[in-house]
Amino acid sequence: MSFGEIMRFAVRGLAANKLRSALTMLGILIGVASVILLIAVGNGAGKSVQDSIEALGANTITIGTAGGGGAGQPSSSSNALTVDLADALRDRSLAPHVASVSPVVTTATTLVFEGTDHAVNQLAGTTPSYFAASNSPVGRGAAFTDEDVTQGRRVLVIGQTVADELFGTVDPVGKQVTAGGALYTVVGVLAAKSEAGFNDPNDVAVAPVTAVRQTLTGYGSLTSILIEAASADQVSDAQDEATAILNERLKVTDPSNPPYRIQNASQLLATRTQTADTFTVLLGAVAGISLVVGGIGITNIMLVTVTERTREIGIRKALGAPRRVILTQFLAEATMLSLVGGGLGVAAALIGSRFSIVGVRPVVVPGSVLLALAVSVAIGLFFGSFPASRAAKLRPIDALRYE
Amino acid sequence: MSGRPVLDVRRLTKVYGAGEAAVHALRGVSLTVQRGEYVAIMGSSGSGKSTLMNILGCLDVPTGGRYLLDGVDVSRLADRQLALVRNRRIGFVFQSFNLIPRTTALANVELPLAYAGVKAAERRRRAVAALSAVGLEGRARHEPNQLSGGQQQRVALARALVTEPALLLADEPTGNLDSRSTEDVLGVFAELNAAGRTIVMITHEPDVADRAGRLIRLFDGEIAEDSARAGAAA
Repeated sequence: MSFGEIMRFAVRGLAANKLRSALTMLGILIGVASVILLIAVGNGAGKSVQDSIEALGANTITIGTAGGGGAGQPSSSSNALTVDLADALRDRSLAPHVASVSPVVTTATTLVFEGTDHAVNQLAGTTPSYFAASNSPVGRGAAFTDEDVTQGRRVLVIGQTVADELFGTVDPVGKQVTAGGALYTVVGVLAAKSEAGFNDPNDVAVAPVTAVRQTLTGYGSLTSILIEAASADQVSDAQDEATAILNERLKVTDPSNPPYRIQNASQLLATRTQTADTFTVLLGAVAGISLVVGGIGITNIMLVTVTERTREIGIRKALGAPRRVILTQFLAEATMLSLVGGGLGVAAALIGSRFSIVGVRPVVVPGSVLLALAVSVAIGLFFGSFPASRAAKLRPIDALRYE
Repeated sequence: MSGRPVLDVRRLTKVYGAGEAAVHALRGVSLTVQRGEYVAIMGSSGSGKSTLMNILGCLDVPTGGRYLLDGVDVSRLADRQLALVRNRRIGFVFQSFNLIPRTTALANVELPLAYAGVKAAERRRRAVAALSAVGLEGRARHEPNQLSGGQQQRVALARALVTEPALLLADEPTGNLDSRSTEDVLGVFAELNAAGRTIVMITHEPDVADRAGRLIRLFDGEIAEDSARAGAAA
């Protein structure tokens, strides 16, 4: 009996039980699709973190307060980041590699324009050097000036999303909006950034640090200080200089455990990528579990299918089917189920990965596609062939008597 | 009726289980059936007639004795050769029809030919011929659950016939049928026998056995009576 003939038998066998075949395939489909998709989401999250950090600029060094403060280090005002500290970093002789220093205070606030309001993710109060340091050039209008900062003028540069939400088609430049009860004049709109991160990078607003502290945040400590190195290969020099100044200013006695956190873009990248990798592993584990559960489903259905068809196997044997032919037929059925189910799962995952999932654009890892397919086919084959070979070995009379 | 017998069974025994729990289903049955005979086997339940039938059909293997089918000793054959013997030399009709579910009558009849390696077109032609031989040419596209019991049994008959086997075995073929269908199926058997086919049939019913040319009664795993009948092909 030819191979093609056996394949036709297998197709007929599957078609004879459409619902069961469809359900089995659905189980495999879900298992395969979830593995591919979840790994893609994890991978996409890592990619987006990477992109958003790269978008920050390679020359940038960020100084923040040490997260939460260590056990023996209550975050007192003495080691908080202050404007004085930022001014101290702007030192030509002690820090020759530092090109610019931008003190930053951030807050979330709601902007109101003629009855329309929009909650801005991040309103940053800073100095004009921020635009270059954070790699966010002004697209329309103009940035505010150093004079605006010293005068504490209430001017605002808004991100593209804010412009769209508040003004729609109206040109926002020159319009007045209310933020925390104070009137701000919009002077510019930032150039749109590609949406890479968890947060919309265009849902921001930038204003002079003096004005923001006066009207919104008060005169507490800074959120962070952004330092721009003169060039990419001077980042570590600039970082060392900044560290020395900070240690001196903040009277750090134990340099290995400073009250601040200083990171350049590549360090930031490494930390975040590590986080994203952990995320991917976690998602992969969840997906792996779903594949295993799917596999158990396949196993179950294969076992039931073959057991239920023991009598049919007996009939086929009584009609003169050799063991090999019966085994091949059931193997072919199992393979077709898992291949078609797995293939549909891959298709579903590829389609699903075109949409962003919880704000992340999934990036499919080719290896995960192969892995998921291989595992599902292996499961289908193994658990399809084992009961089939057991049934094919039965004497026809025992198979026929099987109820 | 000359030449070697189709069936030549010598001192056939079959024991189920072992030790004290052993059941002797057959205690040395010897029997020859010539080409063209129509044999009915009767016996109460437990007399070993089904066991004998399953061994004759190569569905089960005997514990002892020799079984020559068409001159070949099948009790010594390996699994693969047994499959070949079942396919080429024996047509088996079961009490419960045993058609493959959700598969058309035509596909059911084609099945043994497919296992024999017959090409699709030839297979189709022979299966259609076999179906019309049992009067079901109009039901080729029907699935078993769309057919009556009698029709299903006739499909099973066509399936048993389509390979032109040396021996047609029937295990209570009319046991699940009403009297009209029984008449239909027995009519087909009679025609086949008239055309020269060798038939061995198990039955409960004396009037079914009356249609055969020879009656064998089994009792406790042994042949109790073996007599020729006049009513064959009446």
